[in-house]
Amino acid sequence: MSNLKKDLETLHQELVAGDIKAADLVEESLDTIEKRDPELNAFITVNDQQALADAVTLDEKGISDADKLAGIPIAYKDNIVTKNLLTTAGSKILSNFQPVYDATVVEKLSQAGMINLGKTNMDEFAMGSSTESSYFQPTHNPWDLDRVPGGSSGGSAAAVAAGEVLAALGSDTGGSIRQPSAYNGIFGIKPTYGRVSRWGLIAFGSSFDQIGVMTKRVKDSAYILSAMAGHDIKDSTSSKQAVPDFTQFIGQDIKGLRVAVPDEFFGEGIDEEVKVQVEKGLKVLTDLGAVIDHVQLPYTRYGVPAYYVLASSEASSNLQRFDGIRYGYRAEDVKNLEDVYVKSRSEGFGPEVKRRIMLGTFALSAGYYDAYFNKAAKVRTLIKQDFERVLADHDLIIGPTSPDTAFKIGTIVSDPLKLYYKDVLTISANMAGVPSASVPAGFDSQGLPVGMQLIAKRFDEGTIFKAAAAFEAATKYYEVEPSFKGGVR
Amino acid sequence: MNFETTIGLEVHVELKTKTKMFSPSPVTYGAEPNTSTNVIDFGFPGVLPTVNREAYRLGLMVALALHADVTKYTHFDRKNYFYPDNPKAYQITQAEEPLATNGWIEIEVNDVKKKIGIEEMHVEEDAGKNTHGDDGYSYVDLNRQGTPLIEIVSKPDIASPDEAYAYLEQLRKIIQFTGASDVKMEEGSMRVDTNISISPIGSDKLGQKAELKNLNSFNHVRLGLAYEEKRQAQVVMAGGVVRPETRRFDEASGETILMRVKEGKDDYRYFPEPDLPAFEIEDEWVDQIKSEIPEMPDKRRTRYINELGIPEYDAGVLTQTKEMSDFFEATIADGADAKQASNWLMGEVSGYLNANKLDLLETKLTPINLSTMIKLIQDGTISSKIAKKVFQETIKNGSEPKAWVEQKGLIQESNPEVLTPIITGILDANEQSIIDFKNGKDRAVGYLVGQIMKQTHGQANPKVVNQILMAELNKR
Repeated sequence: MSNLKKDLETLHQELVAGDIKAADLVEESLDTIEKRDPELNAFITVNDQQALADAVTLDEKGISDADKLAGIPIAYKDNIVTKNLLTTAGSKILSNFQPVYDATVVEKLSQAGMINLGKTNMDEFAMGSSTESSYFQPTHNPWDLDRVPGGSSGGSAAAVAAGEVLAALGSDTGGSIRQPSAYNGIFGIKPTYGRVSRWGLIAFGSSFDQIGVMTKRVKDSAYILSAMAGHDIKDSTSSKQAVPDFTQFIGQDIKGLRVAVPDEFFGEGIDEEVKVQVEKGLKVLTDLGAVIDHVQLPYTRYGVPAYYVLASSEASSNLQRFDGIRYGYRAEDVKNLEDVYVKSRSEGFGPEVKRRIMLGTFALSAGYYDAYFNKAAKVRTLIKQDFERVLADHDLIIGPTSPDTAFKIGTIVSDPLKLYYKDVLTISANMAGVPSASVPAGFDSQGLPVGMQLIAKRFDEGTIFKAAAAFEAATKYYEVEPSFKGGVR
Repeated sequence: MNFETTIGLEVHVELKTKTKMFSPSPVTYGAEPNTSTNVIDFGFPGVLPTVNREAYRLGLMVALALHADVTKYTHFDRKNYFYPDNPKAYQITQAEEPLATNGWIEIEVNDVKKKIGIEEMHVEEDAGKNTHGDDGYSYVDLNRQGTPLIEIVSKPDIASPDEAYAYLEQLRKIIQFTGASDVKMEEGSMRVDTNISISPIGSDKLGQKAELKNLNSFNHVRLGLAYEEKRQAQVVMAGGVVRPETRRFDEASGETILMRVKEGKDDYRYFPEPDLPAFEIEDEWVDQIKSEIPEMPDKRRTRYINELGIPEYDAGVLTQTKEMSDFFEATIADGADAKQASNWLMGEVSGYLNANKLDLLETKLTPINLSTMIKLIQDGTISSKIAKKVFQETIKNGSEPKAWVEQKGLIQESNPEVLTPIITGILDANEQSIIDFKNGKDRAVGYLVGQIMKQTHGQANPKVVNQILMAELNKR
């Protein structure tokens, strides 16, 4: 069995015992990337030489039992800055950008001994649900190479599903970790807003963005999130809430777990096969002792329009710094300052990013602010209250992660509204700032993975880990391997 | 037709902090370009701001000194615009819930006192600086980027250029006394933008205002506004309309010159800064800051007049700057006579500063040395003539007065046993002067004193000399 198919704990024990070397894991990672990535395009940058050097250094130093994460290969979504390693956010405008500092998550996980294998592909500035808007070409889904891996953390999801790395970090503004995790049959968690430092995450929608982790196995994510979460003085929105060891929740039984199932998550526009799989999943949980309640979240139906107003407004401001002056792409043949701005940005941003900048700029303009930004902010408050009400007497809200399974590349890229509605089930958790994960829940009739979404109270990731691990142990969907079918051979 | 003038002032003041408003890099003045910066100041991808609590504290102190109401629940906002000196393309400021509102300042023009209202004041970050080189390139220096500022916006209560001048003087003085800022226009730690409009007397509608910017001194503010007042009146009298425009003051001609006509309102697309959570200003914190505000200049002035017996005019001059006032207080705290200290500071010290174009703290004079010198005069150790020499020495070279006069042998001779033989000797040698004295020619005394002083190298105590001389003359 290839090493990267083992779980993190097993690998750790073998590393401590000296049965395998960190360098072996990196070699295996690099071999898999070499074999699979020409088809997948999950990576924008492979950190091959540095990863090997770091692994060798680590092997020489030795790995002790306390270093749970040491030697484990990880990849970072390309909107998480890495010192001296190209960081593009999937955009032409940063296609030459070498950061001068590490994001806090990178610093923490490197400190813990994780080996950075490289930077993964993504929708440009994390704006998209298919990884098709990347300047560096789309990523393909390992379960069917003709299909998208979801997005915007599509590269991270595909890399984990294909066994290129054991874990990858993503960012989730409206579902960008959970939806690709669902499409790739892996576990992915978006922690509570404020749980993980955003220092070094290239901002999209600052009040929504949260870094999370994606792995095949639930417990692996618990290990990694425990190491990277916590207050950071460099991020004023990061919480001082104590971080538990999330692995302690793995293996606990879920008898009496109170689960709320919102009617809205099974309504119009949700694929029948997805509904069937998630209902099967709920049955599994019931058999394990969970108690299911049907509830309403009436304001979530306004989530998509409100989200696109608010997140685009923040994005329109956040992306202004890419002006061709201090770093990144600068247009040639410019005559004056305005030329530098207009040409660099016109040539540097792709159509989806421009669309959202225009949308956000409009929503913030004098005379429209109250009708759009303010109204959307009020909707956000109502959605938050919806969640607080339901979670006051339930431990989890559960439903599908995405309305459908992975779709064919190129089929809806020209229909932004349809694409925006792919986020309909995931956006609310970002609006409310609550933690949410996608756990593999089987497959549709075409063999494409379906994801089940678990949403908990703020800072109660523990309950998500507990339920997801119990579900994983009962279903073992992780044992099914992607087929790498389709594509041009 | 007669007009009323309405003036609004927007004053930016740099707060005196070690580090920047939203980043830990140091605040410096005159450092090499882009050396006092970090990734936050450069607006690198992925960076986040953090609030400098000390800057906010200084802002609150100024707000309280200006009698303003502190906003309890507040947050920062983004003001969006593109410019190379603005690396994030937005400025973090307070638009919706400013630091404080409804303050006031009392001014006095032509012996008439008037309260000028302050609409609001908010905390924000400064921009960098663009310079345009002779080589055709423009250069950006981000050292100033992120320096903490407060912007103080007056109510439309200012009715003349003289009132505007008095408002600025008073504002500068109050802020300087809080210690929150250097408030130096020449170094840019205080900057003034103005707007002015005129309307027919009795009209309840304000006229169209024009903005006046790039003002380098309070005096330019006054001259520019005065010119603008006249210009607008001429435009209206000629049947024209005042346009919404931005003008600058030209020092050479004394006129204001059009920079640009404003078309429509700038749209800065303000919205709450998502990277900084909203915050609450706790009452205990405000109370503590209130208790830490130093005594304000007007209070000090009254105290100098009433308790120290300093003349009104002198007390006003002494409280013109915090440096001077603090120096004065330290001098008398060391035991110097208050009136003497005041006289020295207003006379010799001010003269020296003006002649050498220096600030008080740039000289080597210390309150202790000044007080020592004053005490030496009072106890007769040195004459006031010698004192001037001592003063020059101590302000230029920082010498300790007592040690210096001893070393130089400048201590005044007051001992009659030493002085009497000298005086009788001089009388013996000047028979004619004695005759002149007896004939009622007072000039003779002056001549004799001069001879005595010459012989004692100016060290004889004039009072004692006078006594002995008169006694000796009467004996003859």
